[in-house]
Amino acid sequence: MGSRARHLRLVPVVAAASVALAALLGARAGAVEEEHDPLGYVVDRAALDDPATVAEGAELFRIGCVSCHGPGGVGSPRGPAITDAGAASAHFYLTSGRMPHAGAPDEQARRKPPAYTHEEIEDLVAYVASLGEGPEIPDVHLEEGDLQEGGDLFRGNCAACHSATGAGGALSYGQHAPSLDVATPVQIYEAMIIGPGQMPVFSPEAFSEEELNSIVRYVETLQGLGDPGGFSLGRIGPIPEGFVALVIGTGGMMLTVFLIGRRRHGEAEPPSEPVRPADASTGAGR
Amino acid sequence: MTAAGALTKATPLSRRTARWLDARLGAASFVRKALDKVFPDHWSFLLGELALWSFVILIATGVYLTFFFDASVEEIVYQGSYVPLQGVEMSRAYASALDLSFDVRAGLVMRQVHHWAANVYLATTVVHLMRIFFTGAFRRPRELNWLLGVGMLILSIVNGFVGYSLLDDQLSGTGLRIAYNIAISIPVGGTWLASLFFGGEFPGPDLIERLYVIHILLLPAVIIALLGAHLALVARQRHTQFSGPGRTERNVVGERVWPTFAAKGTAAFFLTAAMLCALGGLAQINPIWLYGPFRPAEVSAASQPDWYMGWLDGALRLWPSWEIRAFGFELPTPFYPSVLLPGVTFALLALWPFLEARITKDRREHHLLDRPRDRPLRTALGVATLAFYTVLFFGGASDVLAVTFQTSVNALFRAFRTALLVLPPVAGFVAYRLCRELARRDRPGATDEAPAVAPAAPEDGASHRRAIEPEDEPERDPASTAGVPRG
Ligand code: HEC
Ligand code: HEC
Ligand code: HEM
Repeated sequence: MGSRARHLRLVPVVAAASVALAALLGARAGAVEEEHDPLGYVVDRAALDDPATVAEGAELFRIGCVSCHGPGGVGSPRGPAITDAGAASAHFYLTSGRMPHAGAPDEQARRKPPAYTHEEIEDLVAYVASLGEGPEIPDVHLEEGDLQEGGDLFRGNCAACHSATGAGGALSYGQHAPSLDVATPVQIYEAMIIGPGQMPVFSPEAFSEEELNSIVRYVETLQGLGDPGGFSLGRIGPIPEGFVALVIGTGGMMLTVFLIGRRRHGEAEPPSEPVRPADASTGAGR
Repeated sequence: MTAAGALTKATPLSRRTARWLDARLGAASFVRKALDKVFPDHWSFLLGELALWSFVILIATGVYLTFFFDASVEEIVYQGSYVPLQGVEMSRAYASALDLSFDVRAGLVMRQVHHWAANVYLATTVVHLMRIFFTGAFRRPRELNWLLGVGMLILSIVNGFVGYSLLDDQLSGTGLRIAYNIAISIPVGGTWLASLFFGGEFPGPDLIERLYVIHILLLPAVIIALLGAHLALVARQRHTQFSGPGRTERNVVGERVWPTFAAKGTAAFFLTAAMLCALGGLAQINPIWLYGPFRPAEVSAASQPDWYMGWLDGALRLWPSWEIRAFGFELPTPFYPSVLLPGVTFALLALWPFLEARITKDRREHHLLDRPRDRPLRTALGVATLAFYTVLFFGGASDVLAVTFQTSVNALFRAFRTALLVLPPVAGFVAYRLCRELARRDRPGATDEAPAVAPAAPEDGASHRRAIEPEDEPERDPASTAGVPRG
């Protein structure tokens, strides 16, 4: 009865711990929710045509970009001409942190935290857009996309490089198709219409606006999809699975068997051990 | 208190049952003999058992899956509860695998335990094989059991591949397409073989049904038959043991099957079951819903086979693309890494006991095991071989490694090709030197333990095992030891 009472006394403790844990997990989930700007780095489109914004952008460009892209974005040995890159390209490259480029000109530009603030990005995008003719920042309408159609299109057009799970893949000569875990809907749409780096352009002739929205919707769904089977192991297929099976599964079992096997040595190796010939020719056994 | 009471009450009943059974079956003496059998004690002798129990779990979970899996390529429209695929056309096979994952109670965990068990089963089998190899347990009179083991290994690898090819998702389809191309690369019978397995051109309409029968009936039945023979031979030939005080070529020193070894075996079973259930419940494996239904025209990055096929995939990737005409046949590129290599691998593996006997001219019976250091050449060869296949395995993972470590696949290919040539000899040499050094250190005279172990050990550096041998070797015809009745 006493132990029963002690158990009962534990109930509020356990309950409090569970609530705390749940609150913690909930807070974490909330934090993720908040960080996740649904469309991502949308700039004020009206401001892009404002001459003041363009002028601000020109100044920033002179400081941070001219060394590679040349005055007026005409290009240099260290960077391509961007006169016709357009707002979409500038927005994609700047919000994904790819520009300013941190490496040799032939090295792949990698995603990193953006180097500029929202307003500065707005200025730079306005300036690059003013240089020539290029695609505009797209309007993404996730609700117009069809999730299942997007999945089919994604597996048919993007999985070859980014893998069906969106975990990314290797291309030849050190180039990678990056993981699609963090790209925002606008960036995903932009990537398809500008084709950054080795990625092909999925032109308006190939895909209708509705199809592009469908793909964005599918990628966005992939990002939020839980893993019903437990730890995802990076969603990169049988290699990490084999690693876990060999190291944790098999290694763990071997270690345990080793410990079981050793145990009796310590206790029973002394002469008391049953040493007994089991050879039939000596007639052992009963 | 209650437990003791139950025991005193139950004993007469159980004894009465036993006597009743014995009167009808006459099994008591057989059972007593079996329970009294002595099993030598070394932790590595439990490795085969881990494989055995993984196989048991594989069968148990597999049977559950057969209740729900529908091996048909008939196209239907998915209506299950995984939203991103609702309304998508797919085969019944893939749809039923999705249902298992999302709509069947305990379906996903069973699928996952089954797949983890397959990976772990093959891993423990290979580790068990390594134990047999490095200790020389395959030598006469156990060559037959070695052959049975190699047979099981090959069939199990094939069955694993067939198993994950059943689901008709994008990943399994990719693997099947590669298998089909490999089959038709075989010079003479290739096309015939391909149409036998694949039911004509790939992807054929009968393919999945055919694979299903192979996976749940044909191969498991053969493996179980081989396993029965394998275990019966272990019982009949007695288990090998390491040398030690009182252990000779003609006795078995250890613990009786009942209760000690049985307890360990039971522990091994629960350990295996616990590990596989933990993996199946906690770690996601083969998330087919992300891969999508198989479409012949599509392929995904990072398409890899399971680990036990990984070395073959690696060979295929690392092999330079040569097309050679030989004897009037075009030998396409996949032939060498995918047909010749596994053929040579398994032929050498199967024939090893006979090759070694021929090389060492040692055709005597052996019931005492070698320690790896006692046979430096064999150990070195084994280590070199392992290094070779490990490099091949990493070659198969090169694109995933390139992404994970942000390097170039081409550089990795070059590195692995070099490693394939350089690493095995280096690993073998290191193993050889280590063995010699370890063996030198425990020569009698180097320590004062040796005389206690084997009083007859001469001072000339022979190990005590060899020192004991002459003692009883000439006395009896070796055949009498081989033909030990179960005792
Ligand atoms: C260190 C040199 C370097 C600097 C500094 C740099 N870039 Fe780049 N930029 C490159 C290179 C190289 C590429 C091509 C890389 C690629 O496409 O992946 C590029 C590509 C671009 C593109 C895409 C071109 C296209 O065809 O779509 C844009 C837009 C761009 N840069 C804008 C900028 C802006 C804006 C800045 C200043 C904030 C900047 N860059 C600073 C080297 C540089
Ligand atoms: C030929 C291979 C290839 C294909 C096909 C491809 N991509 Fe890419 N993708 C790339 C590469 C390479 C990059 C990195 C570009 C760079 O160097 O900056 C990339 C970048 C991206 C990014 C930016 C990711 C980030 O986090 O910054 C997105 C989003 C993206 N791709 C989406 C798609 C979608 C959607 C499709 C299908 C419609 C697709 N890609 C098809 C190769 C490909
Ligand atoms: C299907 C998978 C296998 C299972 C379930 C299995 C099971 C077992 C078990 C339980 C034993 C007794 C304990 C032990 O020595 O570990 C054993 C012995 C043995 N196994 Fe296996 N085994 C398998 C595969 C193999 C393979 C692949 C080989 C070698 C190629 C092999 C060769 C042997 C030999 C030669 C023995 C007798 C060893 C001795 O007496 O010391 N087995 N097996």
